[in-house]
Amino acid sequence: MELNLTAEEAQLVDAVRSLLQRNSTPDRVRASEETGFDPSLWTDLRQLGVPSMAVADGQTESATLFQLVLVAEQCGASVASAPVLEGIVAVRLLARCGDAAGDLLESVCEGDIIATLSLGQAGDGVPNLVPAGAIAHLVLTMDGDDLVAARLNPSGARIENLGCLPLGVCEPGDGVRTVLATGSSARSAYAAALTEWKLLSAAQLTGVSAAALGLGVEYVKSREVFGAPIATFQTIAHRLADDATAIDGARLLTYKAAWSVDEDRSEGEILASMAWLFASETALEVTRDVLHYHGGYGFTTEYDIQLYFRKAKAYSLLWGDPKVEYRRLADLLLVPGCEYVPGGEVT
Amino acid sequence: MNFDIDDSNPEFRREVATFLDQYVPADLIERSRRTGTNHDWGLHRALGARGWYAGGWPTEYGGRGDEGSAEILILSDEMERRGIPFDGLGMTMLVANTILRAGSEEMKRTVLPRALAGEIVMCLGYTESHGGSDVAAAKTTAVPDGDRWVINGHKMFTTLAHESEYVFLLTRTNPEAPKHRGLTMFLVPMHAPGVEVQPIWTIGDVRTNATYYTDVVVPDSARVGAIDDGWGVMGIALMFERTGGGADARLFGQAVRAAGSISTTDGMTLLDDDSVRERLARLAIEREISMLLRLRSQWTQAQGSLSMIEGSMFKLFSAESQVRAASDLLDIFGILGILEAGEPAAPGSGEFTHEYRHSIVLPIYGGSSEVQRRIIAERGLGLPRS
Repeated sequence: MELNLTAEEAQLVDAVRSLLQRNSTPDRVRASEETGFDPSLWTDLRQLGVPSMAVADGQTESATLFQLVLVAEQCGASVASAPVLEGIVAVRLLARCGDAAGDLLESVCEGDIIATLSLGQAGDGVPNLVPAGAIAHLVLTMDGDDLVAARLNPSGARIENLGCLPLGVCEPGDGVRTVLATGSSARSAYAAALTEWKLLSAAQLTGVSAAALGLGVEYVKSREVFGAPIATFQTIAHRLADDATAIDGARLLTYKAAWSVDEDRSEGEILASMAWLFASETALEVTRDVLHYHGGYGFTTEYDIQLYFRKAKAYSLLWGDPKVEYRRLADLLLVPGCEYVPGGEVT
Repeated sequence: MNFDIDDSNPEFRREVATFLDQYVPADLIERSRRTGTNHDWGLHRALGARGWYAGGWPTEYGGRGDEGSAEILILSDEMERRGIPFDGLGMTMLVANTILRAGSEEMKRTVLPRALAGEIVMCLGYTESHGGSDVAAAKTTAVPDGDRWVINGHKMFTTLAHESEYVFLLTRTNPEAPKHRGLTMFLVPMHAPGVEVQPIWTIGDVRTNATYYTDVVVPDSARVGAIDDGWGVMGIALMFERTGGGADARLFGQAVRAAGSISTTDGMTLLDDDSVRERLARLAIEREISMLLRLRSQWTQAQGSLSMIEGSMFKLFSAESQVRAASDLLDIFGILGILEAGEPAAPGSGEFTHEYRHSIVLPIYGGSSEVQRRIIAERGLGLPRS
């Protein structure tokens, strides 16, 4: 067991965090809400190696999924207006498809184009909304038996949404397509990408929770009503203690899930599902609690907590209804012969 | 990052597993529930006789030196995994560890070898009826009389006092000092004149006790740590407290099997019901998180840190989550959920009603959830005292 980051990982976290603290300030996030995208921030992130670090180049190894989870967590903490999760998942998926991806992988890594993943939420007669679809040039999606990379012309057209995210509609068959894989290899590559999305989303949501808790702690220490800082009220302090505990739990579970996927363990998919469920529930609870402890101010646009409150719900619903994910998790857990024991071995 | 559990000694784990599976009588768990005594002398002596408690302890106190220091953890894990009660072992080792660090030489030489050999158990005399979670409010007094002390007072929830050789007793030695600074710890023989034990019955299949101390005389060598430093000694003991448990590892599997065995309609079982499946999935998630918080706390401690906040987070989450889970586990079986052990139709042979009765104490004892939240809020988040 080892719970410390390596020196390299700690450096990565520092680098991403300090970039985001400079260039993804709440003011910048607000200013980007019109489009949900901050091109200048995206340029900065790309220079730092996001998302190209997700694949090996001549000199450096590819980042592990665990390291990418650390990046996603920081992006959540600053509610960054950049298609980081989309880029990471797309790069890993293109890399998995090898030669079939042609020069698409390079174009994404070079930053010539923005890539995203269709999360397959569409039903009949419902538009297939894709994260970062409004700004992406390429969407990876299943089309029948094929995993395809479809070219998009980013319209930049706004689809109004709770999180001010750059959603776009993508229907496979629009425009130029590259078939990346077919049949079972297509399905398994796509399924792996979805698991990675869940994990990165869990990390992003945990970042949202941690930052929101930080806002809450500062606020309740300084805000005085009834002649005392509201932090001295047990109902508030104790709830924040529960929130802090849940955040640590969500983070540990997300890290364990990422480590399991990196190690190619059979329970990786189960843990990723668990991590997403717990991290999204936690993010909703923490942002709601902290907004509430701001009193009426939390309801105003002026205070930053509203950003976290809205983004938490929106980030979470990119993946979909938690109850549906519970069903998926149950299907994985309750299948006869499942060897996974919750909590693993007792020690 | 690496979440592999360090299994430093797989051969020992196998040896223990084989022994427990062969030795432990089928009715041991049932008997402990019926009597409320979560301690089995036959098993305790047998394990002690094998030297399995003595690994890592100094040889002059009955230990095996540097050898086998991880054995006790592996042993208790294997017992926990089988649902074998080991409250006696847990408390005894906690007190023994504290004696090793704070006890007199004489105490170490007389008490530790018997504890490590599985010949005795020791219980905890901390809380009093008026104090509850405010343990430092102890009113039981120890008054010096030459080179002896005279103890008067009472303790609540002295679980296993009726089986114990000694009670690890928190007393007030300086009523003038601030409440945390006038306390002293003693190791008091339960057979000393003036010690009286009265049973207290609980809803959780556990018998606990009230203990009374009337003019109990002990020599100064029964003192653990310095006079008026009882709170510091309690701090040492706290590091060895394994409260909250990690929930019975078997519970999830038992619930799945029970739900799968109960028919609903059209050849379906409860396990086909989406809402049952969701609750089982939630139970699995919370158990996973409890265990991760526990592993983190243990790992932090192994790095040489006190892990106070990590320990509190584990205790808080684990206890609260077990209460939630126990309630869900009855709900999913509907009216059958309330059937007790012994009823043929009781799901999981009544294991879930037991869990429901028992888990409710988890957020109360070993530092209540409110105490843990306060520690997390003040020491973890830096919030002011409420």
